Amino acid sequence: MAEAVYTGTIDREATRANTRYIISRVVIYGLLAIFSLVYIIPLFVVVFNSFRTLPEISQNGLIAFPQSFRLDAWPDAWSTFCIGGNCEGMQKYFWNSVKMVIPATIISTLLGAMNGYILSKWKFPGSEIIFTCMLLGVFMPGQIALLPWAFILGKIGLANSVYGLILVHCIQGISFTTLFCRNYYVSIPDDLVKAARIDGAGFWRIFYKIILPLSPPILIVTVIWQFTGIWNEYLYGVVLNSGTNQPITAALVALSTNGTNVRVYDVMSAAVLIGALPPLLVYFFGGKYFVRGLTQGAIK
Amino acid sequence: MSVSASTSAATYNSSSNGPPLRDRLAKLVPIFVLVPSIAASFLYVFVFTGWTLYISLSNSTLLPTYGFEGLENYASLWANRRWGIAYTNLFVFSAFYVVCAMAIGLMLALLIDQKIRAESFWRTIFLYPLAVSFIVTGTVWSWLYNPTNGFEFLIRNLGWTDFTFALTTDRKYAIYAIVITGIWQSSGFAMALFLAGLRSVDGDIVKAAQIDGASTFRTYRKVILPSITPIFLAVAVVLLQFSIKTFDLAVALTNSGPGISTTFPATYVYDLMFQRGQIGEGAAASMMILSALAVVLIPYSIYLVWHRRREAGHG
Amino acid sequence: MASLTIRNIRKNFGAVEVLKGIDLEARTGEFIALVGPSGCGKSTLLAMIAGLETITSGEIYIGDRLVNAVAPKDRDIAMVFQSYALYPTMTVRENMEFGMQSRGVPKDEQKSAIARVAALLQIEALLHRKPGQLSGGQRQRVAMGRALVRDPLLFLFDEPLSNLDAKLRVDMRTEIKKLHHRVGKTTVYVTHDQIEAMTLASRIAVMHQGEVQQFDEPQVIYDSPANMFVAGFMGSPSMNFIPGEIVSDNGRTAVQVKGVDGPTILPLTASHAARLNGSKQVIFGIRPEHVSRSGIGQKADIATIRAPVEVVEPTGAETMAVMRLGDQEITGRFDPDVAPVMGETITLGFDMSHACLFDPASRRLI
Repeated sequence: MAEAVYTGTIDREATRANTRYIISRVVIYGLLAIFSLVYIIPLFVVVFNSFRTLPEISQNGLIAFPQSFRLDAWPDAWSTFCIGGNCEGMQKYFWNSVKMVIPATIISTLLGAMNGYILSKWKFPGSEIIFTCMLLGVFMPGQIALLPWAFILGKIGLANSVYGLILVHCIQGISFTTLFCRNYYVSIPDDLVKAARIDGAGFWRIFYKIILPLSPPILIVTVIWQFTGIWNEYLYGVVLNSGTNQPITAALVALSTNGTNVRVYDVMSAAVLIGALPPLLVYFFGGKYFVRGLTQGAIK
Repeated sequence: MSVSASTSAATYNSSSNGPPLRDRLAKLVPIFVLVPSIAASFLYVFVFTGWTLYISLSNSTLLPTYGFEGLENYASLWANRRWGIAYTNLFVFSAFYVVCAMAIGLMLALLIDQKIRAESFWRTIFLYPLAVSFIVTGTVWSWLYNPTNGFEFLIRNLGWTDFTFALTTDRKYAIYAIVITGIWQSSGFAMALFLAGLRSVDGDIVKAAQIDGASTFRTYRKVILPSITPIFLAVAVVLLQFSIKTFDLAVALTNSGPGISTTFPATYVYDLMFQRGQIGEGAAASMMILSALAVVLIPYSIYLVWHRRREAGHG
Repeated sequence: MASLTIRNIRKNFGAVEVLKGIDLEARTGEFIALVGPSGCGKSTLLAMIAGLETITSGEIYIGDRLVNAVAPKDRDIAMVFQSYALYPTMTVRENMEFGMQSRGVPKDEQKSAIARVAALLQIEALLHRKPGQLSGGQRQRVAMGRALVRDPLLFLFDEPLSNLDAKLRVDMRTEIKKLHHRVGKTTVYVTHDQIEAMTLASRIAVMHQGEVQQFDEPQVIYDSPANMFVAGFMGSPSMNFIPGEIVSDNGRTAVQVKGVDGPTILPLTASHAARLNGSKQVIFGIRPEHVSRSGIGQKADIATIRAPVEVVEPTGAETMAVMRLGDQEITGRFDPDVAPVMGETITLGFDMSHACLFDPASRRLI
């Protein structure tokens, strides 16, 4: 008898614990699902609307399941839609951004890798101070540099040109790329460099043969960071360049604020997606490195 | 062999009888390589700041001129009603944005930390807004806020016919439209940082707390969260920094409107410099942004240095 | 001919003087151990020999060449690091090739050198692996292999065994000894482990606070330590130090120490007495193995003293016992068969011919 009662309470306790577990799981997944909806709905809205017809959008509103399907908005947005009087769609601005982001990302990453290598493995008197000064660039607000950049780019003949923006982003990017690479290289043991020096390798050979082969993780982080940062940048794009020399972010603003004609949400949705797609692709394919860059960039 | 034993046996001194030229040059290579970057950073950080500071003290209007005018621009800036709106907005925005983004971010991080299935799937959803520019986010949300075919339209269609949700067209509440969108964009970022912090807590401490009989809630409140206080501070500082620099989002979402009700310091700088030809005053406003950042970042850096020293001191 | 000559080397880091005038010399083929507690400057000295650290003043010769201003790669040295410092992205073979490639050694020479060394260290099977796929002991071998392919004038080892577990460390120690015997290269070996230094080195430099305390053959260092630091550092358990007073006991010079029943007289040998030179106060030093149970394995020159046993620590092969002597603890090393038990008071015999006397002020050997 006593034994039966005993097992009874255990069963009851076990059931209670089990119920509690199930409830907590339901709450956890429920909350996650609700928040996910909030996060994902804006994306769905844009994607859906880029395939819906305009009459359907104005009838059912922007937030609705598609009842119609057509692809025309995409070619329109790409090549014929008028932005600020120029009726060639997003393509020119898209390529401006591509032409800007690729060289700027590569150059600033390479410079950062070199700087990080020197500031971690070839320290010299004063190198820590130099590093701290470079670090300040991370925190500088862009507004401070607007006038000087406009002046300098004008003087060297790069005003209103994609090359000017490349220069600006390279120089602004050095702080971040140096910070990332230096902090990563610090964790590579100094003994490796010493061993290589005894083995007869010099500054460059150690960089190419020892450090660079160890660098892919940080180079990926840096490239992703620079790519998304430069692609998404707006202030310099709109201030330093004008008309058809602007990058895609400036074009997107021009497109949504030229309020004269009726709002063509289908084409605008497609245009917005064209502008958002490259960094989104980078995010979905390089997710782990993207997050690592975020956390490193913030906490250091 | 460049140095023979006999010549230098008496007194060797590294400068009197230095290394061969080749080796001395080799030693300078790193510095040569670093010089362009040092120059660029110096230009960007110090020269540009000094330049803008000087313009802010000059009588520049449409073009930079260098007639010294003292604090005139600052005085007229602070006398301007629009600047008053701008910095009030900044305070309102910063307060709601930082607190709410941190609260939601922490909650999401705690949810994800409960050994859930498909963790990376959930994380991917919460973080994707960060990959997208503020411009894209602002544009899309401006549509959602639009009363004629956004949220309001959706809810009214569902049957609640007198529902109103017209933040962006109301001078008083338009700032909160920016707050909500900012939170939407950034709470995933706070989540990522908090999650990194939670994962860095020593597992043995958590086990010890469980053996001590602490509930999950108590373990978090008393053991785990206190040990990641530096993360809270870091998240707050980074978000504050974002909010001080807020520009793209306000431009894309409300374009400072309705009227001038959602002017931010950063948008006002742009306006002064490039729409109204008040370069001097614009420079003064941008110096104010820099000061605001300094107010946040300098104490934080001092704290960080102090904290690291203390950690180092303890072992 | 000396392979390495170090003359009055000094090193300052800012205001801190970490090396205060070091003189050392390694004859060709010799195995020199630099031993000392952490922070004594031994690793800095090694880095200066390697050229990885600048020299504040003084001279270093490798062979008969002054190398103060010579870059590490031109010093004709090879080094094995504590962390092994194997290049993680290269295979074992590539690790070994790297130095030869940097120097432009012809391909077939590289090949034969690697084959020779791989056979010597029995790492042929590992050549295609990366360091991450090796065990600690294998990494250690590869690190030595990388040094050996170069056939340098001088080998430098920086605490190469301290990352291995205890058992492996003893095995690798033997291997290094065999290897040195076979290769016969001049070697400088830094360690904090005095047993490693004793077992491997032909001469040991004991370092402390930036100075060489004593530089001599292992047995000399063990038997006649130059000062109390060396005496205490070399040997485990450490030498016992007992403060005492020089007295005359029936015409024989003796040292009087505090015992359990009051002052106890320990008669000195004639050779000790002759060296006293008028000292009154001394520190009497005796190693644990020279503390025995009185009456067992009796030799000449035994002084007896009674002491209560406080702790007994059997290690299997021998048993350590901690006894109380006044306000001092002393350790003795006993045969397990005759080991004392805790709590008993026994009569100890000190082997006075192996005792050391130190001056309490200068702490030097008398």
